[in-house]
Amino acid sequence: MFLTRKAEFSASHVCSNPDWTDAENRAVYGMAANPNGHGHNYVVEVTVEGEADPLTGMVFDLRELKQVLHEEVIEPMDHRFLNREVPPFDRITPTTENVAIEIWKRLKPRIDGPKIRLFNVRLYETADLYVDYGGGA
Amino acid sequence: MRLTRRYRFAASHRLDVPAFSVEENRRLFGKCNNPHGHGHDYVLDVTVEGPPDHTGQIVNRETLDTLVRERILQRLDHRNLNKDVAELAGIVPTTENLAVLIRGALSVDWPLASRLKKIRVSETDRNMFELEA
Repeated sequence: MFLTRKAEFSASHVCSNPDWTDAENRAVYGMAANPNGHGHNYVVEVTVEGEADPLTGMVFDLRELKQVLHEEVIEPMDHRFLNREVPPFDRITPTTENVAIEIWKRLKPRIDGPKIRLFNVRLYETADLYVDYGGGA
Repeated sequence: MRLTRRYRFAASHRLDVPAFSVEENRRLFGKCNNPHGHGHDYVLDVTVEGPPDHTGQIVNRETLDTLVRERILQRLDHRNLNKDVAELAGIVPTTENLAVLIRGALSVDWPLASRLKKIRVSETDRNMFELEA
């Protein structure tokens, strides 16, 4: 059974590689490379796979899931400039893909057990763009 | 890892099989058979699968946007699907057939064609059609 919980955070970022020229960054990332950054209302949907506990009827305690999401994602990233305030984005470009991978890495050890596993992280950068990451390459 | 990008286009169509009688078409397609056609705000979701490259992206946004704009949106947006789209000549422009046309147009002749995973076309927010690449 799959359980999905949604959370939102607002953050600014700039997509650029410090080793490239402004023109190169502009060519690759377009307006997202504007040096002073811009923001998004990110929406993250975290999907946990597991069996409902026969006693509680729950796959994963929703209060705990909410708390884990808050501690690992919302608290560190909400109303932050990702490149300047949220490692590893001081050295890794915070594309939607890389932010989703980072969220996965933060959640994975906290959502793991004999009967449950983190299944997917879906990160919406806008309503018209999202990525799905389920671990691996 | 997958990336999904959403696009929109508005188009009109009429569902009608010329070989069928007026009554048969009416029975088969209902209001979609009304003779002068009608329109929808279609939503197209394009999903590309693969590892991010050295830029941290599965696919460059501008590359994908340009591809979809040139191959799909410029040909379908604000068009009559029965009359303005050559590839649909003689084909009933159901959203199923539209999805096949769109998949075909996005599946070839660009660097990440093999990474196209699926497309989803919504005719309204109640009718959606998904096609694996």
